[in-house]
Amino acid sequence: MNNADIGWMLLSTALVLLMTPALAFFYGGLVRSKNALNTMMMSFVALGPVAVVWALIGYSLAFSPGNPLIGSLQFAGLRGVGMEAQGAIPHLLFMAFQGTFAIITPALISGAVVERMRFNAYLAFIVLWVLGVYAPVAHWVWGGGFLASMGALDFAGGAVVHVNAASAALVAAMVIGPRKDYGRHAILPHNVPFTMLGAGLLWFGWFGFNAGSALSAGTTATLAFTNTLLAPAATLAAWTTIDMIRGGTVTAVGAATAIVVGLVVITPAAGYVGPISAIVMGAIGAIPSYFALIYRAKTKLDDSLDVVAAHGLGGATGAILTGVFAQAAWSGGARGLIDGHPAQVATQVASVLIVLAYSGGATFVILKLLALVMPLRIADRHEKLGLDVSDHGEEAYTHGDGAILVKPKESVVPQSATDAITVQSGGGA
Amino acid sequence: MKLIVAIVRPEQLSDVLEALFHAEVRGLTISRVQGHGGEMEHVENYRGTSVKMALAEKVRLEIGVSNHFVQPTIDAILAGARTGEVGDGKIMVLPIEKIVRIRTGEEDQEAVTPIQPVGE
Repeated sequence: MNNADIGWMLLSTALVLLMTPALAFFYGGLVRSKNALNTMMMSFVALGPVAVVWALIGYSLAFSPGNPLIGSLQFAGLRGVGMEAQGAIPHLLFMAFQGTFAIITPALISGAVVERMRFNAYLAFIVLWVLGVYAPVAHWVWGGGFLASMGALDFAGGAVVHVNAASAALVAAMVIGPRKDYGRHAILPHNVPFTMLGAGLLWFGWFGFNAGSALSAGTTATLAFTNTLLAPAATLAAWTTIDMIRGGTVTAVGAATAIVVGLVVITPAAGYVGPISAIVMGAIGAIPSYFALIYRAKTKLDDSLDVVAAHGLGGATGAILTGVFAQAAWSGGARGLIDGHPAQVATQVASVLIVLAYSGGATFVILKLLALVMPLRIADRHEKLGLDVSDHGEEAYTHGDGAILVKPKESVVPQSATDAITVQSGGGA
Repeated sequence: MKLIVAIVRPEQLSDVLEALFHAEVRGLTISRVQGHGGEMEHVENYRGTSVKMALAEKVRLEIGVSNHFVQPTIDAILAGARTGEVGDGKIMVLPIEKIVRIRTGEEDQEAVTPIQPVGE
């Protein structure tokens, strides 16, 4: 081990961690102001319980030696996870780096269920999901599982993170159902600058996500880093061009979305393809997501913040194109269609379909089981009022007008008695 | 001519506007206001500070109408704004002394008669 590798991976871990608050801003800006805090909390809260269960059990299920489907409990409670080398870095650092991926993946799902899912049901869901879905899928690809044996290429999580989250998002949106206002009233983003801030911070953090996935500070990290710059740039350029060709205006929400789509597309390919291929991939990747966004809004599927269009189609496109553009000259081994190995495309398609099917099915089971013990949806009147007040007892934008300080002694007086006292003293004055 | 002033829940505004447009009520003004109408106060907590939110966000609609439009307008607001919970708001009908349409100088009845949009 050398300190250059360790230093880069320490920094990468912090960068990936920042992506979850960034996602909170990206999503938070896209909802109505009455749900701003709830939506941001759906991302933020993953930083807590998900990270804890990851350290206690999730990491072991994903990365300890087991069978081709799932790891064992060998590393449960971080037993045996110390300073010994795991590749070029200490095992403990590898666990922390992977933990930041486990945190953001369930947070991505929240985009499909914002503005109507009960917060405590969501909390229970993401904890069960990271153990029941994320950990096994991560094991299949990165922990020595069967997708790795099949030869599937997923550099930083096109299938493990994005297709996985999007499949869960699709199922969650269908199980929980559309918002009451969906398709009846216009539902507009309340703070587009937040969304742009989120997209910018996501891009910044994604350098850790992709280049950090090299797990060292060498030439592979350099390639992944450069591709993480170029692919979203190409997606943004292509998105803007499509906007203009269609005779419309170039929108800010569209630009923020394009950046995320480009980042998703290059994620599985980052360390396997050359920089010009990354530009081509980014440009191609804009097309399915662009039109899926327009189409989805006309359907009954209330995938509210378009997790499927951005992460699902972006992830699938990226994963499949990795099988096209991977080149041994850049990857140091992995080859795709343009490097004389067309079978890689089929392997990539298979890996996407397998993750899609498992994640969708398992998510359905988790949600249906949860529904037996707690309602997944908030009451209709709370949906109208907004989840900030109903589920958090706070508002994002309050001026405090008419707010009466509750003094400590009042809290022991029943509500009705307080009201009576207020009325009497008011009348006497 | 009457001025109809309605105080409604902000989350019902879309429904109210939809009902008003169906009733062909065209000119209206809305403002965001805060008020108290006897509804349950909810408690919010910010770190150690607990507050009772005594004023709730409301929307005030002001609609100048001719006499035969008064009842359809009230019906539309009721249809859109009623949830059955305390805090649904009020509708008040006030007499108007005079109305002038600024663009043309038309007064009273003519001033509240909507022009036909171009093309219809």
